[in-house]
Amino acid sequence: MAEVLLKIEGIHKRFGGLHALNNVALHINKGEIYGLIGPNGAGKTTMFNVLTGLYTPDEGTFTFDGKDLFRAPPHIVVAGGIARTFQNIRLFHEMTALENVMVGRHIRSKAGALGAILRTKAAREEEAAIEAKAWELLKYVGIDDVAHERARNLSYGHQRRLEIARALATEPKLLALDEPAAGMNPKETEDLKTLMEKIRNDGVTVLLIEHDVKLMMGLCDRIAVLDYGKKIAEGVPEVVRKDPKVIEAYLGAAHS
Amino acid sequence: MDIFLQQILNGLVLGSIYALIALGYTMVYGIMGLINFAHGEVVMFGAMVTITVISLLTSAGVTLPGPVLVLIGLLVAIPACMLLGFVIERVAYRPLRNAPKLAPLITAIGLSIVLQQAAILIWGRNYIPFPPILDHETIDVFGATITQLQVGIVVLCISLMAGLLVVVEKTKLGRAMRATSQNPAVAGLMGVNVNTIISATFVIGSALGAIAGVMVATNYDQAHYYMGFMIGLKAFTAAVLGGIGNLGGAVAGGILLGIIESLGAGYIGDLTGGFLGSHYQDIFAFMVLIAVLIFRPSGLLGEKMADRA
Repeated sequence: MAEVLLKIEGIHKRFGGLHALNNVALHINKGEIYGLIGPNGAGKTTMFNVLTGLYTPDEGTFTFDGKDLFRAPPHIVVAGGIARTFQNIRLFHEMTALENVMVGRHIRSKAGALGAILRTKAAREEEAAIEAKAWELLKYVGIDDVAHERARNLSYGHQRRLEIARALATEPKLLALDEPAAGMNPKETEDLKTLMEKIRNDGVTVLLIEHDVKLMMGLCDRIAVLDYGKKIAEGVPEVVRKDPKVIEAYLGAAHS
Repeated sequence: MDIFLQQILNGLVLGSIYALIALGYTMVYGIMGLINFAHGEVVMFGAMVTITVISLLTSAGVTLPGPVLVLIGLLVAIPACMLLGFVIERVAYRPLRNAPKLAPLITAIGLSIVLQQAAILIWGRNYIPFPPILDHETIDVFGATITQLQVGIVVLCISLMAGLLVVVEKTKLGRAMRATSQNPAVAGLMGVNVNTIISATFVIGSALGAIAGVMVATNYDQAHYYMGFMIGLKAFTAAVLGGIGNLGGAVAGGILLGIIESLGAGYIGDLTGGFLGSHYQDIFAFMVLIAVLIFRPSGLLGEKMADRA
């Protein structure tokens, strides 16, 4: 069957007395769009931060693409092939869109500082390659017309796309998006959906956290539902949406 | 009128040296929000090492043209100061990276004193004359004079500053530096090695500082263990004047401060009816600092501080 790309088991994360993640297990298959949903405070973002190395889990196992990433620092996780975007967009605001994406290429390039200063042939060639790749990615997400604008001057929708382009610049196997549709109008959300499907069809697995349950149901291949730090359901959207535990978590206890 | 022109020229020379040093302050501030008060001492070490190397060579009977001797001195002093800058960051500041802002600031002041004392141990407390190997031939500019050496200083400063701007704006290293200054955590996620970038910032600033130190020593014909204090404070003023964290601002602030100070020194006697003489020129720099802090704390070219998400 489907090949497992990411596998975590028995993950616990506590903040003082708060048991933010309680024995959570997930596996994400290669090539799918996997959704993580749950009410506010369910532990979605905590899970996300564990998966991208920003939080170190207290217990559990974490393997990705055959590598052990348990408690690996963020840059190792990125080098391993997991890239993310942030719920509150975190771009380099004073740099142009193009430069933002070029920074994303750092992890896949090797010319050192000295080469950059001396402008050696190798450094110049690599720089040209980085710039070409950055242009390509801006075109891919459809914002190459604003390549030379500073990130801070871009519209909200463009900033979201730029963050995705920057994440793609690290050549991820798994692209993790933290509420990418937050604050978007229906048209932008629809465009974003098309973009995510395109990314998946081009061979990148997508992990999505989102409040917009309707979007998730139409887009994801499989969904996991978190509530109070526990996984209460996992499976294809049609099954998950009918799960009484999920309905209860979202709507409160059923009226007897 | 020729006093005016003369003071503008003097101010330009002085100001371009301030600017070169101010870049060291502003780069470090831009990337980690720290005022590296020990930078003035790096400048002093640059001057001292160069003088020592030149003295050793001349006393060993080496006869080379003056500028070549200075160049050899610089070739020793620049790497020495780069190493010093690297060690300063590694030993004094890195352990305090996540400490409250006051801790590294106090460390910086303490470090500055430590380095001055180290210089006393090595070179003593006396003024050290710059060896008389450079001739001070003057050029006449509409009744004012400037030495060839001073022209060289200004040209070199402008080239170095332009070079730095190219590195920061056009290279991968510069891009990584700007990314780190805007958001170190996310830059780290993109594979930027934040520690290397911070080290590189100190090393580059120290190299510029070493060159500036030699310029100061040649311009005043002497060096002293305490010279870094005042020149450092003025360069810091220049960085604040231009908008700290802003490279273009440091250059503009440095040159402007040099000119303000020179004009002040030229006219202070007339203005106060001879009550204050030109040796009071230092008050202008600090009047400027106070005025900037009161009326425009973000500096001339400074923008609102970028938020550090």
